[in-house]
Amino acid sequence: MMSKIVRTMAGIIVPFVFVYGLYVILHGHLTPGGGFQGGGVFASGVALFIVAFGSAYVHQRLKEHHLSLLESSGVLIFIGLGFGGIATVFFYNFLVGSSVFGNIPPTGANPGDIWTGGVIPLMNVGVGLKVIAGLSAILLVMALATTLTEVEE
Amino acid sequence: MTGNIPFNIPFVAVAILISISLFIMVTQRNLIKVVMGLSIMASGVNLFLITLGYREGGVAPIYTHAPGQLMVLPVPQALTLTSIVIAVATLALMLSMIVRIYRSTGSVDSEKSRMLKG
Amino acid sequence: MRTIAVAIFLSIVIALLISAALLIHPFGQPPSQMDDYIIENTQMETGANNAVTAVVFDYRGYDTLGEATILFAAVTGVVTLFRRKKKENRQ
Repeated sequence: MMSKIVRTMAGIIVPFVFVYGLYVILHGHLTPGGGFQGGGVFASGVALFIVAFGSAYVHQRLKEHHLSLLESSGVLIFIGLGFGGIATVFFYNFLVGSSVFGNIPPTGANPGDIWTGGVIPLMNVGVGLKVIAGLSAILLVMALATTLTEVEE
Repeated sequence: MTGNIPFNIPFVAVAILISISLFIMVTQRNLIKVVMGLSIMASGVNLFLITLGYREGGVAPIYTHAPGQLMVLPVPQALTLTSIVIAVATLALMLSMIVRIYRSTGSVDSEKSRMLKG
Repeated sequence: MRTIAVAIFLSIVIALLISAALLIHPFGQPPSQMDDYIIENTQMETGANNAVTAVVFDYRGYDTLGEATILFAAVTGVVTLFRRKKKENRQ
């Protein structure tokens, strides 16, 4: 746990980093970005939190089974959307032209419309949840392993 | 940046990067230096994939407020994205194994942890 | 003995790498039949403005499934390597 100035500034900056990461995930079909990139930005915010507040303080509130639940639900969303268009082929884009996320943008340069893209924004959310939980789990477990010095197994 | 770039300078830079990392991985004894060499080789391969798909005078292949008509190829960029994520995953696993090796043998020298002991 | 073998191996590989870098297609004019089709028909077929995201999730979604599996396996391996033995007296 670092000094009071570092903890205060980290508490002010971390919500902005989280909002930026979620923005990059959700607008993956209009601007450069997507699930993997936004998950990396979000995980770097979690890394700042762990460095400023110490891994024991974070481990009291964020256990491994919360992260495991988040990661598994992300993967299940991704595979469930792959099975949604199984009538034609695996991973078929079955939402283009229908009601949810089904607009088609005009060809050429255009200001983007967020309700386009078919099944791609929902897949971005699934992969984003998976990458957030996976990278946070790696960071938390490695930070915990270097502080506790008891000999195991 | 139009004009003829002589002798394929980006591809020669990729070849030099991969050969430097290969030299590091073969000759060094410290395990952490070997992992650093592997990370440099991953960066070299990602650079090669991106420079394969460059068209002169092209812009990013995104249609939102697109400034030009000519776009670079999108498929190598998608493959590079996958490669970066795989490099991060293998780097995390390798560093965890190095921590366990250090705890059980007491040093990160690769010559001291060769024989399988009981 | 060992340094001579390492030197011969490294010099052969470096010579092959640099000659391959000089014999590849000129920088800036790649062969691009499949990518021309993808750039033309992205907005019509997938409805997304971003051609790279459409390639990652729609034209090549199966590769993204493999990559998600690799990330899952790596996270499982890291968490397994750092497990601690639980204390004997747990309420």
